[in-house]
Amino acid sequence: MKSVRVIPCLDVDQGRVVKGVNFVGLRDAGDPVELAARYDADGADEVVFLDITASSDDRETIVELARKVAEEVYIPFTIGGGVRSVDDARRLLRAGADKVSVNSAAVAHPSLVAELADAFGSQCVVVAIDAKSNGNKTWNVYVNGGRNDTALDVVDWAGEIANLGAGEILLTSMDGDGTRNGYDLDLTQAVVNAVQIPVIASGGVGELAHLVSGAVDGGADAVLAASIFHFGKHTVREAKEALLAAGVTVRPPTE
Amino acid sequence: MSCEEFPLREGNDAPLIAILDYGIGNLRSAQKGFERVGAEVHLTSDAGLIAEASGVVLPGVGHFGSCMRELRAAKLDEVAYSVIEAGVPFLGICVGMQMLFEGSEEAPGTRGLGVLPGRVRLLPNSLPRPQMQWNRLDIRLQGSPLLDGIEDGSWVYFVHSYAAETEPHLVAATCEYGVEVTAMVEQGTLWATQFHPEKSGEVGRSFAHNFYREASVL
Repeated sequence: MKSVRVIPCLDVDQGRVVKGVNFVGLRDAGDPVELAARYDADGADEVVFLDITASSDDRETIVELARKVAEEVYIPFTIGGGVRSVDDARRLLRAGADKVSVNSAAVAHPSLVAELADAFGSQCVVVAIDAKSNGNKTWNVYVNGGRNDTALDVVDWAGEIANLGAGEILLTSMDGDGTRNGYDLDLTQAVVNAVQIPVIASGGVGELAHLVSGAVDGGADAVLAASIFHFGKHTVREAKEALLAAGVTVRPPTE
Repeated sequence: MSCEEFPLREGNDAPLIAILDYGIGNLRSAQKGFERVGAEVHLTSDAGLIAEASGVVLPGVGHFGSCMRELRAAKLDEVAYSVIEAGVPFLGICVGMQMLFEGSEEAPGTRGLGVLPGRVRLLPNSLPRPQMQWNRLDIRLQGSPLLDGIEDGSWVYFVHSYAAETEPHLVAATCEYGVEVTAMVEQGTLWATQFHPEKSGEVGRSFAHNFYREASVL
């Protein structure tokens, strides 16, 4: 039985949670550890932290965050952003993270995906793909927070990283991100159909119906959202109730 | 079983859980998983300390072949044999479960510990692989002390591409993932889970509590 995971995502800058609209105009939504513990209590299946801190001097901050989260949270959590090497990943995993997510560094050095899988196992290697539409149902891979077009085709790249040993794909539509208009379902479906590994849909959730369509129409294995949870518009419990009502199998919300 | 058979170390009131540290994976989670139920937990490769433990946990993530290689390099295979032989409560988790079997399709040339009969096989490709999700436990063995207070159908967290095939009487719980997957086995005081109790929220807490209780009693 496949069950769909509901994953709140916390963008973290210098240890604080923020969520931008199209990556501009960030707002502060609180303490990441507290938020994660609340999501855990609320029935979240996993939590993802994306470190968007610009400066690389702050790597210790995110390792410290992993340590604090591991003290409070008993569901799996992923840390991404700024992971450039096996050593970066090792520090986060040793601090208590269950998975690390790589993005730009994997594009620059695809062998990093294989090195991480060899060192720690595929189960803790998430590759994040930031995708932007070219029209005609093709998408390019973007890096550096969506600023640079790599000219790589998203579906090809998804297949390549799956072969290299990625355990999961975190697929974000740059067109949708921050718009609250819903996932790019064609994109989600294209990648789900191309790989055997699980795919997390991300980017654009503004209402609960978007989570449902990500699972039902997009075929995603997990649905990720940020702002609808942080600002109290909806709870994880409501997200799960909406999915259950639509006939999607999920771990039911906790009592 | 009685207290006489496995007396606690003199002057040591708090039963000790030893998590075998052979350089693989995120052991911090496993440690926290037992600390949260009040256990004193040591991540260790020290044979002397492990011999004094009231309960021993064999974690494992990643590749079966690398895990077996590292376990043997740390000489913890022999330590595992001796504590299992002595009847010390022992829990294998994930690849730590798989290593207890005779071998795995993931590393056909590598022998497992072979303390449980059967082999580990690749999951079918009808569903996403790895299985990386919460799934429901179908409890097959009534009265397992580690499932005390855990209801049939409880949700636990899995992340794996391979699963053990073993003798039905050893299977304490399964989950359904395209095929029937061995989720937990029990053979005396030897237990193993394909799922991650340390990542399974409140159900995981009950499970860890039960193992700690068994370690404290025996």
